Amino acid sequence: MSSTEMVMSAGMVGVTFGIRYFLFAFADRIRMASWMETSLKYIPPAVLIAITVPAVVLPKGDWHLSVSNPYLVAAVVTTAAGIMTKNLLATIAVGLAAFFVYRLLI
Amino acid sequence: MSDRKKEFFTGVRDNFPLMLGAFPFGLIYGALAVTAGLSKGAAMAMSAFVFAGSSQFIAVGLVAAQAPVVIIILTTFIVNLRHMLYSATLLPYLKTLPQKWRIPLAFWLTDETFAVAVHRYQRKESPELAHWYQLGSSVAMYLNWQLWSYVGLVLGNKIPDASNWGLDVAMPVTFIGMIIPFVKSWPMGICVLTAGAASLMTLSLPYKLGIMVSAFAGIAAGLVAEHGAKKRAGMVQA
Repeated sequence: MSSTEMVMSAGMVGVTFGIRYFLFAFADRIRMASWMETSLKYIPPAVLIAITVPAVVLPKGDWHLSVSNPYLVAAVVTTAAGIMTKNLLATIAVGLAAFFVYRLLI
Repeated sequence: MSDRKKEFFTGVRDNFPLMLGAFPFGLIYGALAVTAGLSKGAAMAMSAFVFAGSSQFIAVGLVAAQAPVVIIILTTFIVNLRHMLYSATLLPYLKTLPQKWRIPLAFWLTDETFAVAVHRYQRKESPELAHWYQLGSSVAMYLNWQLWSYVGLVLGNKIPDASNWGLDVAMPVTFIGMIIPFVKSWPMGICVLTAGAASLMTLSLPYKLGIMVSAFAGIAAGLVAEHGAKKRAGMVQA
């Protein structure tokens, strides 16, 4: 490893761990305003959907809003399976199966 | 098996689909690092000590473009900022844990482990053991990433194009399964629709900033809807 790589890696470790640990470090001393505490419950679905939608609408980086997009088809099937089964493992299994079967078919 | 072990291994197990999704990315990362001219030591050090897939990818790209180190570190900071949202969400569940727990759980906090762990914490079953579950998910995700980035590094260009295997579908599929149980109220539905729409309108933002902006838009929309719903309920009561 060169010294430049050493500095780069160390810097990346520092900022990444810093971001992840900052709030945890003071977890017992942080007092949140009540509206902030209310807003926490919206974070997981909001972040997860913001990662998911582009991943299925632009799976390879370009817009692919059509039935020939297996990622999009799998997403729709997964959503339906999730609402109907209310079982995470079954939902994932159905979604993955839908993707690979559909990709074989088209 | 003790209850702690059981929690740990359930965390490992529930992480499987996401490990499947991360596997091609690990391979591609390793292969790209070689092509970018990064030494094997540095590429592995990033996987082992930074442990943040998207920022590692972007760093490799910047190394290939011969960007200055300061820019690479700043970019890493911006790309990984969303992890602060995750730690904020987990704060209420971890505040009673000692630092010897908080430090490793922070180090291992990824999109995937966050998704799996928050799902577990919200079940509220034996909350005193839930951090063992998160630890299981963390360790599994970590070992998986080390293994596949190493294999990618060794095989380099010899592997068939892993980006076309379609395993990257595992992450969106799993995340959809995890989002659905959250959507139990109108405000939550509005939050999800807003964040989803915003994610398509912020595609031009660099460094994954679209994720943060969309999340904030969704949270704000949810809060406004909740406030509106409470107001209306109040009027009905009066």
